[in-house]
Amino acid sequence: MSATGKGLLKRLDWASILIFMLLVGIGWINIYSSTYSQGQENMFNFSTLYGKQLIFIGLNVVLIIIVLALESNFFERFSSVIYVISLVLLLGLFVFGTTIAGATSWYNLGFFNLQPSELAKVATALALAKYLSDIQTDIKRNKDQLFAFLILLIPAFLVIPQPDPGSALVFFSLVFVLFREGISIYYLGISLFAILIFISTLMFGTIWIIIILGVLLGLFFLLKKQSLKIPIIPILVVFLITFLFSLSVNFVFENIFEQRHRDRFSLWLSLEKDPNKLEEIRKTIGYNTYQSEKAIESGGLFGKGFLEGTRTKGDFVPEQHTDYIFTTVGEEWGFVGTSTVIILFTLLLLRLVFMAERQKNAFNRMYGYGVISILFVHYFINIGMVIGVLPTIGIPLPFFSYGGSGLLGFTALLFIFIKMDANRLKEGF
Amino acid sequence: MKKLLLSSIIIIIGLSFIGRLSYLQLFNYSTSQVTEDIAVKAIYDYPERGYIYDRNGKLLVANQPAFDVMVIPREVKKLDTLEFCNLLGIEKKEFIKQIAKAKNYSPRLPSVLVPQLSKTDYARLQEKMRKYSGFYIQKRSLRFYDTKSGANVFGFISEVNDFELTENPYYKQGELKGRTGIEKQYEELLRGRKGVKYIQKDRFNRDIGPYKNGALDTLPQQGKEIKITIDKVLQEYGELLMTGKRGGIVAIEPATGEILAMISGPSYDPSLLVGRDRSRNYTKLYYDSIAKPTYDRSVLAQTSPGSPFKAINALIALQEEVITPETRIQCFNGFYVGKRKRGCHCGGGFRELNDGIFNSCNAYFAGTFRKIFDKYPDSDEGLEVWDKHVKSFGLGGFLGSDIPTGRSGLIPTPATYDRMYGDGRWSSSYFISNAIGQGEVLVTPIQLANMTATIANRGHYIVPHLLKEVEGLPNNDPTFNEIHHTTVDKKHFEPVVQGMAEVYLHGTARRLQVKDIDIAGKTGTVENFTRIDGVRTQLTDHSVFVAFAPVNNPKIAIAVYIENGYYGARHAGHIASLLIEKYLKGDITRTDLEKKMLETTLEKEYAKPLSGEPFRINERNW
Repeated sequence: MSATGKGLLKRLDWASILIFMLLVGIGWINIYSSTYSQGQENMFNFSTLYGKQLIFIGLNVVLIIIVLALESNFFERFSSVIYVISLVLLLGLFVFGTTIAGATSWYNLGFFNLQPSELAKVATALALAKYLSDIQTDIKRNKDQLFAFLILLIPAFLVIPQPDPGSALVFFSLVFVLFREGISIYYLGISLFAILIFISTLMFGTIWIIIILGVLLGLFFLLKKQSLKIPIIPILVVFLITFLFSLSVNFVFENIFEQRHRDRFSLWLSLEKDPNKLEEIRKTIGYNTYQSEKAIESGGLFGKGFLEGTRTKGDFVPEQHTDYIFTTVGEEWGFVGTSTVIILFTLLLLRLVFMAERQKNAFNRMYGYGVISILFVHYFINIGMVIGVLPTIGIPLPFFSYGGSGLLGFTALLFIFIKMDANRLKEGF
Repeated sequence: MKKLLLSSIIIIIGLSFIGRLSYLQLFNYSTSQVTEDIAVKAIYDYPERGYIYDRNGKLLVANQPAFDVMVIPREVKKLDTLEFCNLLGIEKKEFIKQIAKAKNYSPRLPSVLVPQLSKTDYARLQEKMRKYSGFYIQKRSLRFYDTKSGANVFGFISEVNDFELTENPYYKQGELKGRTGIEKQYEELLRGRKGVKYIQKDRFNRDIGPYKNGALDTLPQQGKEIKITIDKVLQEYGELLMTGKRGGIVAIEPATGEILAMISGPSYDPSLLVGRDRSRNYTKLYYDSIAKPTYDRSVLAQTSPGSPFKAINALIALQEEVITPETRIQCFNGFYVGKRKRGCHCGGGFRELNDGIFNSCNAYFAGTFRKIFDKYPDSDEGLEVWDKHVKSFGLGGFLGSDIPTGRSGLIPTPATYDRMYGDGRWSSSYFISNAIGQGEVLVTPIQLANMTATIANRGHYIVPHLLKEVEGLPNNDPTFNEIHHTTVDKKHFEPVVQGMAEVYLHGTARRLQVKDIDIAGKTGTVENFTRIDGVRTQLTDHSVFVAFAPVNNPKIAIAVYIENGYYGARHAGHIASLLIEKYLKGDITRTDLEKKMLETTLEKEYAKPLSGEPFRINERNW
């Protein structure tokens, strides 16, 4: 055991571990800053939030050791079991769940609130990899595609009523794994087109969409070579579907969305032009975004310095230690700090892509892509929301945001893959 | 392709995030100034404004407490409005308007409801204030004047305006700033420096402790006490004598350039511009477009100097060696300009420098003036020389004193006449009136006083100024210690001074002699015109008088200019003699002059051009 232990240390991917440690460390410094108050300077006061987070970081070390100590094919072998357990835990929330801040996403374990969706993220990534790597699965087949989608959709639908739309999006993000494994890129094209139509319908209205599409089509037919034969019927069908989709967007937006959803979109796409209403939005639904943008802006190039963020101290940004932790970086460490964090995340994700691609074992590679997808979506949505380019969706920043389940979940997710990577050459022994 | 898809998305997203962050943090980032941070509030601690004392240490300006009734709209509970309004002494309508205004400004922050209550109102209100929640009384400091004089010297203070707020970051909305006079000139000495405490605020605008543990906080610095050069007694006496008259008086200590008195008539009680009625009073004063009490005639009124200017021409002629004191010029009861004759009141006959001055002979000085110009090949060159000499007496330009308002006056140059008559199409005979101080030359009373001080000093002056000491230390501004020499040599002054001394002995001011004081002076009678319904109409002459005393060790030089006071020895001469006696002796022996000055006003004279009826000027009887 000790021999393999030593060998294991050598084989671990220390680049990603280093970035991981940096992110957790920087994250904790910012949690300290945003939850600390004057006259309470003891860093190891465990009744404070930063003290608690320090405990979680300690637990994290234990978790990492356990993950690394397990047999490397443990996760492949038990992936289905883990997946089923996590689904049961998600279902159990409907009965035993504790509601915090309006979302029934937690089990109250006395000393600790467990958030099963964090476990479900790991489990779904494992289950999807397991299914796709099965010798009998052919991703080109519609039936298998459907089953693969079901694996992600089931937990996604279980978290939506909590409500936790952010986590639902995370499960959806696992489709990146499918793209890597050969599902048609057209799915991506169609989804992007749908999103484009959705947004532009909200911004310009259906009529303009039709006019613009019509003009584009007309130009296309005028300018194409005479010899080029293009079937006109399918194009008209696409045109019609687009029209209907655009109409349905209006219908869904006006009738199915609730006012708060509409407000979030109005804010995001700057649909509201009336300055009075804009001011109103800033004070209500847009308050978080407005305050977080202002806090980041006020940091400037070098920031105000550690523990010097006035808006952080004044609690101007709500949920600053959890979802809005990045504003503390922005205010106290300035552009230098924020771009460092962005670069660290980018490097970590790229490193993980590199690691996934070097796996010999298909299961490992697919799981690696699952890890990347989950981390990427968290990072993308969280930072996009905090800097005001995406609508408000509550989702934590991996390794950064305050919270035990989140930190442990992300760490498990990452280190299971690091363990697989370390053992990649030993497969088959 | 599929291997690169995710990597490229990761990189693109990373770059766009950095782009957005640089927009927010580098491009949108406006300032790191703590004063603009909404999470930090600055609380100011205002020091008391510095006191102002006169040259002998007598208090002129101090401070008095005033009380503002403040309101925090959000904390106001139901109250008996009528009772409260009666207590405050305001109308219910006004009360409702002010509350609405305060609410509009901020429901959470205090606004002034009724500014500057008097001490008695405060005493009445103080005990009942507790009944009304949301209202409280805040103490402020206002100016207190221990004199009814000197309003034009002190100036006043008022709230900073929007322009000043952008111009000078020191000031914040609602703060006070010196507006004119000493208050403006020495604003920074007098106001001190306010202290500031930065308080960290949370999102509900509650205090959550000092910002940076008070590292940026400062203590207030007291405003400095200053002593000004004004003599309180002289200033007050001068303003008393000016009752019912318009004009300006400036008295200077020749050896130091210190301004002993600076009087503008009509003036006003400086206390009018303090407190609740400030605004109303100021409007009243400002819109009095006939008497113009806010117009400081001592530094702003530009007129022809009249005969006192003859002394300058005499000095120039001596310096240019075109005359000696013994040079004789004949007066034919006047002199000729081309074919036009200008009169003279001296009695005619041959005149020398001495009796030319004390009898104020126009013909003598016209002749002298010609001689200066005849020395040079053309009038252009002559005028340049003359101009240079005159300006060395501090005329025709700003003196550079520490009085924030002023006018430059005018001493003509060749360019002036080129503009008036066309290039080179003029000669010295065109402006020979300047020989007797009537032509294009314009001076202000302070310039005239400085000119007199220069003659008293026999050829030099120190720029007139008001600041004497700051916190007991003398004013060491080099501007006010530097000696300016005239272009006329010292030796030429004696005969002119002698002539001016004889003005009092047997000249135009012989009836104004003061026992035991040798005074040198010069009368001036200035023709002046106005337009009435578009017609150029002559008004009663301005009365001008300059004097200094004692002749051989001058302690005071004075210039008095009284609008429409008729000949120089009348109002201006009387006032000058009285002020000199008051300053040098402390009390008045010429009570006959004093009585006359206190009893006569010129209101009748000032009413004439406005009456709409024909009127006589220069009436002899008084």
